[in-house]
Amino acid sequence: MMSYADLLHFTLPEIVVAVAGLLALTLDITVLRKSPLSNRLRSAVIVALIGCVLAIHFLTRAPHSYGLPDGMFVMTPLTHIVQIALLVLAIFTALLARSTTFTGHIGEYIALILFATVAMMFLVATQNLLLIFVALEFLSLSLYILTGFDKQSRQSAEAALKYFLFGGMSAGFLLFGISLLYGLSGSIELTKIAAALSGPTLDPLLLVAIVMVTIGFGFKVAAAPFHLWAPDAYQGAPTVSAGFIASSSKVASFFVFAQVATIALAGATGGGAFHGYSPGWVPVLAIVAALSMILGNLAAIAQTSLRRLLAYSAIGHAGYMLLGLIAHTQQSLSALVYYVITYALASLGAFGVLGALESEGIDRIADLRGLSRRAPGLSFCLLVFLLSLAGIPPLAGFFGKFYIFSAALSAEPHLGLLWLVLLAVAMSAVSLYYYLRVLKQAYVAESPVREPALRIALLTRLTLWTLAALVVLLGCFPGVLLGWIGLG
Amino acid sequence: MLAWTIYLSFAGALAARLAPSKQAARIVALLTALAGLALSLIALAHWHAGDFITVTRVAWIPQLGIEYHLAADGISLTLLLLTGIAATAGILFSWNIEHRTQEFFAFYLVLIGGVYGVFLSFDLFLLFAFYEIAIIPKYFLIAIWGSVPRDASPENRGALREYAAMKLALYSFAGSALVLAGMVAAWSFSHTLSLEALAAYPFPAHFQMWAFPLVFVGFAVLAGMWPFHTWAPTGHAAAPTAASMLLAGVVMKLGAYGCLRVAMMLFPRGLDPWGFHVLGLGSWREVFALLALIGIVYGASVALVQRDFKFVIGYSSVSHMGFVLLGLMTLTQIGLDGAVFQMFSHGIIAGLLFAVVGRMVYDRTHTRDLNELGPMRLAHVIPFAAVTFILAGMASIGLPGFSGFIAEFQVLLGTWRAFPWMVFVAGIGILVGIAFTWRALIKAFFGERESGAAGHHESCPPISLPEKCGAVLLLATTLAAGLFPQVLTNLILPALNSPLFRGLQTGAWR
Repeated sequence: MMSYADLLHFTLPEIVVAVAGLLALTLDITVLRKSPLSNRLRSAVIVALIGCVLAIHFLTRAPHSYGLPDGMFVMTPLTHIVQIALLVLAIFTALLARSTTFTGHIGEYIALILFATVAMMFLVATQNLLLIFVALEFLSLSLYILTGFDKQSRQSAEAALKYFLFGGMSAGFLLFGISLLYGLSGSIELTKIAAALSGPTLDPLLLVAIVMVTIGFGFKVAAAPFHLWAPDAYQGAPTVSAGFIASSSKVASFFVFAQVATIALAGATGGGAFHGYSPGWVPVLAIVAALSMILGNLAAIAQTSLRRLLAYSAIGHAGYMLLGLIAHTQQSLSALVYYVITYALASLGAFGVLGALESEGIDRIADLRGLSRRAPGLSFCLLVFLLSLAGIPPLAGFFGKFYIFSAALSAEPHLGLLWLVLLAVAMSAVSLYYYLRVLKQAYVAESPVREPALRIALLTRLTLWTLAALVVLLGCFPGVLLGWIGLG
Repeated sequence: MLAWTIYLSFAGALAARLAPSKQAARIVALLTALAGLALSLIALAHWHAGDFITVTRVAWIPQLGIEYHLAADGISLTLLLLTGIAATAGILFSWNIEHRTQEFFAFYLVLIGGVYGVFLSFDLFLLFAFYEIAIIPKYFLIAIWGSVPRDASPENRGALREYAAMKLALYSFAGSALVLAGMVAAWSFSHTLSLEALAAYPFPAHFQMWAFPLVFVGFAVLAGMWPFHTWAPTGHAAAPTAASMLLAGVVMKLGAYGCLRVAMMLFPRGLDPWGFHVLGLGSWREVFALLALIGIVYGASVALVQRDFKFVIGYSSVSHMGFVLLGLMTLTQIGLDGAVFQMFSHGIIAGLLFAVVGRMVYDRTHTRDLNELGPMRLAHVIPFAAVTFILAGMASIGLPGFSGFIAEFQVLLGTWRAFPWMVFVAGIGILVGIAFTWRALIKAFFGERESGAAGHHESCPPISLPEKCGAVLLLATTLAAGLFPQVLTNLILPALNSPLFRGLQTGAWR
């Protein structure tokens, strides 16, 4: 039996973050109403930091595995790690938000980041379709607002509208898929669905459900062909929001996608091997992954805007990450978690650099010209983040790629997924070209006139350096993070 | 102790970047390179034939069976020595760099560190990591400090440099993507990446049959194998002097070393006959031997008709690296010995040639056009450069007494045993090699005097001390290796006969 005391006890980390969000909101509209912007921003960020750090503290103290009935709330060591990663990303996001100037509604902005984090924490910790949907909508709603938060910017509004329309549509698909799953199995708990669906033959309706669920989650993780919102949202949203969408929400969405696919649909995997095709969700995802890798990486080559380039590269990366899900072994899933966490760090870092440059009006790749002279530290951070995304050792992205590719290859007998891995390797070779194009502007090209050195807030610089150090350290010592993930 | 070659290079890169003045950066870089050379020499002094030194071996990523395993056998040590010498000489020849000096030496030393790392790694994952670390600095060295023909317009210059740099980076990265695919596939069989374990691992023959060409081609791209060589002349020509010295001298050897150490050592059955013939070719071994042969003749022939002095040397590198690959494909003890010897020898000689062309000639005359250089009669203006080029050319065409002779002679002996008819074609390649070296020498240094060209003479600054030191170092090395080849063969042969290369020691091996 579940008691309310248990409920409060189990969800303490989430409660702490939610309270911190409410506190930031109320403080901002009551006590600090008349204070200067900088003070309000500082106190909101401090409240957010305290909340996140406390939540991490509770998570590290939490018992090993526990849960509530009906799969409402299932905590394992793996979900602990993912939740901690989400909280760390939220901390970095809040720190980067410290130097934003585009809005006066500080409390709301920080609170929304925290609410989105709470939603993601629930998303990670539940194995119940109903709760998954509710948490996903909670998350999406927060993200729509964060995207459109810059009220002065038409682009921001356009991005939010696009994101919202596509998001609403895909939520409909997801809900339809969920209802089909429920209709077929009579349950909304992932493990029970799996038990009810484990038959020798595949129900055609189940295939429809699989496609619907793939559309719904494919939108969240920005996989082709459901990616259309991403370039516009990344470009139009305030930089910090874009970084948050690119990092945190990616981690949570991939995790929940993996849970639904591997737990609930365990009986309908099918085969994606070149000679061993059989219907199920694996071949569906294999097509989505192949499309994402090809489209994301090739379209990124043609971009002139940095944010759009990052968006298309994110689509390509979603393709690599789906590879880990397609293989669905213990190893490939831990590779997926490693990949998505390190990807989130590098991606947030890249957006952080962009945010720091925003006040200079730098958005196009060509605007970066001569950056290494004007801001050597910042361009070095950019170098680390982009090369990690390109997969150059000793940075984290390299090991992520290696691990996910090798786990995928050893998943099926006779190297069944070789075709997909070869495609991924080839596309990651393509990706170096466009990352180098950006770095070329920063390091090689020199600006015709001598421009003064950039002044960047100390806190932003420290945050970016920490992120860069994390990317380097996780790349040099991947065993540490793998050890934590491996507990699950 | 050898591991410090890597750590010192990376530390030196950081120190050079943070150096307060340009001169300090130069000195830091020189000291770092000298320290690396000294460490390799000390290791050589303590070396006993057949040694296999484990430098460091600790678990690195235990979940995947990946180790941080640095070790050296005779082949590694030969190439470490080459790296130490080429790096030192390269720094001496880039003493005059004034543009963003600190960054130049930082990128340069990162490249060196990566190269040392590749030669010392005995875990495939580690080797690959170092191999890729070396790609990025190459790009920046060429894109920022590269040299382009004088007749290029100002906005064109940047584009030309970036074109060459991007071409080089993409070729390298595409090659390493092939290697990555092979490595990932190998891991999914063995679940370890230790080179020793992999060399003993019985991979299925059909797997080796496709993994071998994949990995071999991946590395051979960087070794300049025809038809994947096109990055080399462009890259060499556009690079700053020190970078072309390193590219031709050391980086191409990374590729050849990978071919031997990874492709051939791990997948020896991939060299076996297919059992059928396509266009008269019956195995990957014959395919790659033929490509190497084409590279030898093609590189030399193209070098014969170049107007740009640097392109002459660039194509000659393609030709000489063909000997390395041909030697590897002979699968005879003497042919492989010759191949490794040629890696060392060509590394030194190509460095010397690029130093003459890029630093001594181009930085003074600001032209690389052989037709423009002729009237300047450089032999009278900078006789030191002329003498150096004559000696380097003699070494390059393989005159006895220089290292090139020992190397190419051994390769040809091995080829005679494996593919007798190829010796004649390779011989034609050598003859053409003599021709283009002679042509370049005459055109660049001993041209006809023209009435209007006298003004150039006074504007040439004399050869500086660092240049002389570098040239003497490289010349002494090629002479020493040519006169006392047993120093190197005593390193290489026992390593080739070690159990690591067991899979290759069949049939024609003697």
